Amino acid sequence: MSDVVDIRPGAILKNNLWSNNPIFMQILGICSALAVTNLLTNTAIMTLGVTLVTGFSSLTVSLLKKLIPRKVRMIVQTLIIAFYVIIVDLVLKAFLPEISKNLGPYVGLIITNCIIMGRAEAFAQSNGPIVSFWDGITSGLGYMGVLLVMAVFRELLGFGTLFGYQIMPAAFVPWTIMVMPPSAFFLLGLIIWAGKTMMGGEKA
Amino acid sequence: MTPVISPFSLFFASIFTGNILLANFLGMCSFISISKDLRSSNGLGFAVTVVLTVTTGVNWAVLQLLTALGLVYLRYIVFIIVIAAVVQMLEMIIDRVSQSLYMSLGIFLPLITVNCAILGVSLFMEIRDYSFWQSVVFGFGSGLGWWLSIMALSAIRKKLDKAPVPAGLKGPGITVITIGFMAMAFIGFSGMLQVQ
Repeated sequence: MSDVVDIRPGAILKNNLWSNNPIFMQILGICSALAVTNLLTNTAIMTLGVTLVTGFSSLTVSLLKKLIPRKVRMIVQTLIIAFYVIIVDLVLKAFLPEISKNLGPYVGLIITNCIIMGRAEAFAQSNGPIVSFWDGITSGLGYMGVLLVMAVFRELLGFGTLFGYQIMPAAFVPWTIMVMPPSAFFLLGLIIWAGKTMMGGEKA
Repeated sequence: MTPVISPFSLFFASIFTGNILLANFLGMCSFISISKDLRSSNGLGFAVTVVLTVTTGVNWAVLQLLTALGLVYLRYIVFIIVIAAVVQMLEMIIDRVSQSLYMSLGIFLPLITVNCAILGVSLFMEIRDYSFWQSVVFGFGSGLGWWLSIMALSAIRKKLDKAPVPAGLKGPGITVITIGFMAMAFIGFSGMLQVQ
């Protein structure tokens, strides 16, 4: 977490998308980063859900921050997040049942995604509602960016497709390992490495 | 409907082939931060095992109640509350029963409420329609699997500390790649038995 909080919208955007990226700088919320990235469509829907939940939870926490007693704020924040996750879950079940089935328990697990709780605690707790909403959305976008990169590699090499469309020539033999759990860890490790190196490595 | 799986094979499947961490990626956040230290890893592993066993059983009962009332869509909120309550209760019980255990375990218990492994196991239990005993065995086995993998990783990290690693890869980067190798080793178990 950065100590000096700059609340200009542009600064927040840059901070959350790059220099304080939730995945490769803060190492938060990687459970789902690993689990859903084997297919690009799943990843896109999942990260969209996370972005919306983060934005609206930050907004709500910021609006209610005066009303929530400090001692019980963690559980109240969790309940707020759970409320939005239920909405996302119901919408997915109603309009995209196939994807909802693929994502399985990981939609529910958005609740315990540390990024959302982290933003609520570190930013929304002490800033106005509009800025908090923006902060939540951009954090979600930072998360989305990294996950989409991972998903492109995993789907392209693991199935030879992107969004379900055949991209690789027919002679291409899919790398089965890319669909399996270990490749997710390897790719994430490489992305963290690349991210930190490009950042100059002074924080590494 | 409740699948027909012997508790024994479910137990081993949840430890090895379907390891909650290495195959399902649950509980990664605390896994990476705590595994720096072997003693803490042991404490957290034990705490996760206890909490998983209890909460999966309780959540099974709660889920039956919610289904009967037609309120299944509320399950996320209710599961989280149950988990928080169980953790709180365990904390109080341990405080009464054993001071020394409380001292070694106390700091980990609040962390566990937001550990995605706990909620994840309850959600898997729901999706796979386990019976009560299957749920308890599944929770216990998953906890042991998590404990096993955090102990293994923190032992490996002790060696890694002394290894020359490129600057950008230090810390989380190399840890995640190490977990990848562990996951590959665990895939080797999947030929033994496969339980969904």
